Amino acid sequence: MTLRRLFTLLLVALQLSACGQSAPEQKSLARPKGGAPAYGDALITGSIGEPNTLIPLLASDSASHEVAGLVYNGLVRYDKNLKLEGDLARSWEVSPDGLTITFHLRPGVKWHDGKEFTSRDVLYTYRVTVDPKTPTAYSEDFKQVKKAEALDTYTFQVSYDKPFAPALASWGIAILPAHLLEGKDITKSPLARSPIGTGPYTFKEWIPGQKLALEANPAYWEGRPYLDRFVYRIIPDNSTMYMELKAGGIDTMGLSPVQYQRQTNTPEFLARFNKYRYPASAYTYLGYNLRLPLFKDRRVRQAISHAINKEEIIQGVLLGMGQIAHGPYKPGTWAYKPQVADPEYNPAKAQQLLKEAGFVMGPDGILAKDGKPFSFTIMTNQGNDQRMKCAQIIQRRLKRVGIDVKIRVMEWASFLTNFIDKGKFEAVLLGWTIGQDPDLYDVWHSSKTEPKELNFIGFKNAEVDRLLIEGRGTFDQEQRKRCYWGIQDILAQEQPYTFLYVPDALPAVASRFQGIEPAPAGIMYNLIKWYVPEAEQQH
Amino acid sequence: MANYLIKRIAMLFPLLLGITLITFTVIHLAPGEPVEMQTAMSPKVSAASRARLREFYGLDKPLHVQYLRWLGHLAHLDFGRSFAPDNRPVTDKIVERIPITLSLNVIALILEFGLAIPIGILAAVRRDSLLDRGISVFVFVGFAVPTFWLALLCMYFFGVKFSWLPISGIHSLGYEKFSAAGRVWDLAKHLVLPISIATFGSLAGLSRYMRSTMLEVLSQDYITTARAKGLQERVVIFKHALKNALLPVITLLGFSLPGLIGGSVIFETIFAIPGMGQLFYQGVMARDYPLVMGILVIGACLTLVGNLLADLCYAVADPRIRHGRS
Repeated sequence: MTLRRLFTLLLVALQLSACGQSAPEQKSLARPKGGAPAYGDALITGSIGEPNTLIPLLASDSASHEVAGLVYNGLVRYDKNLKLEGDLARSWEVSPDGLTITFHLRPGVKWHDGKEFTSRDVLYTYRVTVDPKTPTAYSEDFKQVKKAEALDTYTFQVSYDKPFAPALASWGIAILPAHLLEGKDITKSPLARSPIGTGPYTFKEWIPGQKLALEANPAYWEGRPYLDRFVYRIIPDNSTMYMELKAGGIDTMGLSPVQYQRQTNTPEFLARFNKYRYPASAYTYLGYNLRLPLFKDRRVRQAISHAINKEEIIQGVLLGMGQIAHGPYKPGTWAYKPQVADPEYNPAKAQQLLKEAGFVMGPDGILAKDGKPFSFTIMTNQGNDQRMKCAQIIQRRLKRVGIDVKIRVMEWASFLTNFIDKGKFEAVLLGWTIGQDPDLYDVWHSSKTEPKELNFIGFKNAEVDRLLIEGRGTFDQEQRKRCYWGIQDILAQEQPYTFLYVPDALPAVASRFQGIEPAPAGIMYNLIKWYVPEAEQQH
Repeated sequence: MANYLIKRIAMLFPLLLGITLITFTVIHLAPGEPVEMQTAMSPKVSAASRARLREFYGLDKPLHVQYLRWLGHLAHLDFGRSFAPDNRPVTDKIVERIPITLSLNVIALILEFGLAIPIGILAAVRRDSLLDRGISVFVFVGFAVPTFWLALLCMYFFGVKFSWLPISGIHSLGYEKFSAAGRVWDLAKHLVLPISIATFGSLAGLSRYMRSTMLEVLSQDYITTARAKGLQERVVIFKHALKNALLPVITLLGFSLPGLIGGSVIFETIFAIPGMGQLFYQGVMARDYPLVMGILVIGACLTLVGNLLADLCYAVADPRIRHGRS
């Protein structure tokens, strides 16, 4: 083990412990300013995209969900440590056979128009979600429901045919006001432009293409948020947004690795802003088309993984702002297995494995088997600079062990329709977001390999299938953990993907905001507790 | 004249129909569908819900049925509802974005003509002088510099470094509370950068055109005659030469009319201006067919009407055209 590798391992270990237990990194030169929590001021944030609709059930873009998340509540939500806790439901019980969930709703919660929230709203939300006429993308989890009923004003019960673990988290869906929507066409509802929810912020105005403003809900059941207003400015260009941040036009934005590492370490910037760093819920991977004879051989996939230096990719592409991905889970969460035996960077071993697989080095420095050179194309989508750089670094590394790699960049829509859906690709460089529930049935189960389904690489493994079904069929976290740890061991062996990295989220927030406590869930989870001391309020 | 007019107007309809047919076909040829753009790679979406969405938008019908249905709506001057999840009427989406694009373009156009014409005249009159060369360099720099780069530099200097001007958007926060004068001032400050950069970039074409027509006119015999009569140089240039030199430039003005409602995507994106360019771009990227078709139809109509007006003006000016004789 070279010194450098040791150092790398140490670094990774440090990062793991950092996000597993204590708070993630925070960087600032701002003097810790005193000042008691005070009401007032506004948080102005920028967004690349404009929300589409503020009825979350109909929305499919992140901007819509971000804003709607402050206006509506679900029955349950994830807390700062990514554990489920009650939201509009005060508590819940899962029956011993795992088939029935009973939610006890919080009494006295009011809609923003003053009406009381009751089990009727929950029942309506369920019904409209599974209604075939509703154009929603979120009905799948709710189709598993056998029966849903409101037992009384504050009790709601659902039953399932078989135990279904992601069910509980699915009730985090935004509950819609029945008294405003029942019997009406939800697609034409004015709530899409001026929502009425139960959340900490009430809707104030939306000027299309410019901004969207929310106001603190004084009657919020968790207490009135300190910040009076939340303004969402639509700024479609990242460089413009960065300049707005520096000029004080917005208070917070997510920085890119270059901005975080190279452009914001000036004393002025650090005095005006706090920078935060924690693992994002996403990973980037190199996936192989397992239907092709070339990639059917596990040794070939392992060899490619051995030949790729992930640490170098993180340094080159993310300027170090990320960590090595070993599997499909986020480091530090309960489903993540810390030490899986996935292929480490070792070109000699890669060459050994390729030799075993029958490849012989040709005179041109390219491996060949049965007279056919080892050459394949990595495809990725246009407009993602990081993926492009990643592919180039991999290309160079694989060249050294004698594999010829070509890179092809495609516009997203044609990439999906003409190549992914038709299985016409060799290897892809893409990313997944990591969901909060660890169920990965859709991405790894062998039944999900049809066109337009997510196991598009064609991964089929009986043991993984079994563990996936066991894992979603129980509410017992220990049992689920064993399933998902088992899956990670198999994936580490099989290498259907070479898992590359988990990038860091790098938000900067104006230093006048106090009460921000970075946690595994990020920083936004306790927005209602953020405050600006009276002396420093700006808006 | 009436005959000519009726003939021209009658010809517009088949032309428009052809345009819609071609654009409809072309946009459906692009890979990907609105449903796909919304649901691709999302673990939450099953084949059934995807089918449901397709049915909701009417995408399960054969293409010609979709076209005829769309055409039927158009006959009632209805562009239909957007395929974005908000499902709003396309007309609403367009109407809320036209004012800002239109006013920006009108101001930029006035500035462009107001600056380019004198510059062109000056360059022609002082042909090959240092001034002429200086002007050439200036306008070609404007033409050659990528506007997005220049925009970012200006934003950095005037917005971040000196804080003289706002960086993006069209209103400040708290705009609602300003007085009427305050609002105008606020809007003006926001528009300084986008308009001056847009104008700078477009000066070259028009001023060079003005210079060459002016040079052509100045070499005509009647100008020599005017000078020989002993007229002052000022009168020769502005009264005799300019009038004739301006005619082709005014034709150019006619051609730029349809462009007034089209915005520049790059520009609007950088300055966060909620205009037509952004709307159209987002529509194309999301394969929002009704929105894209709506904007294209409006653009096509304006182009056709603009051409018609130009032809009519020629006809009024030249009897040979309106009587169909040569």
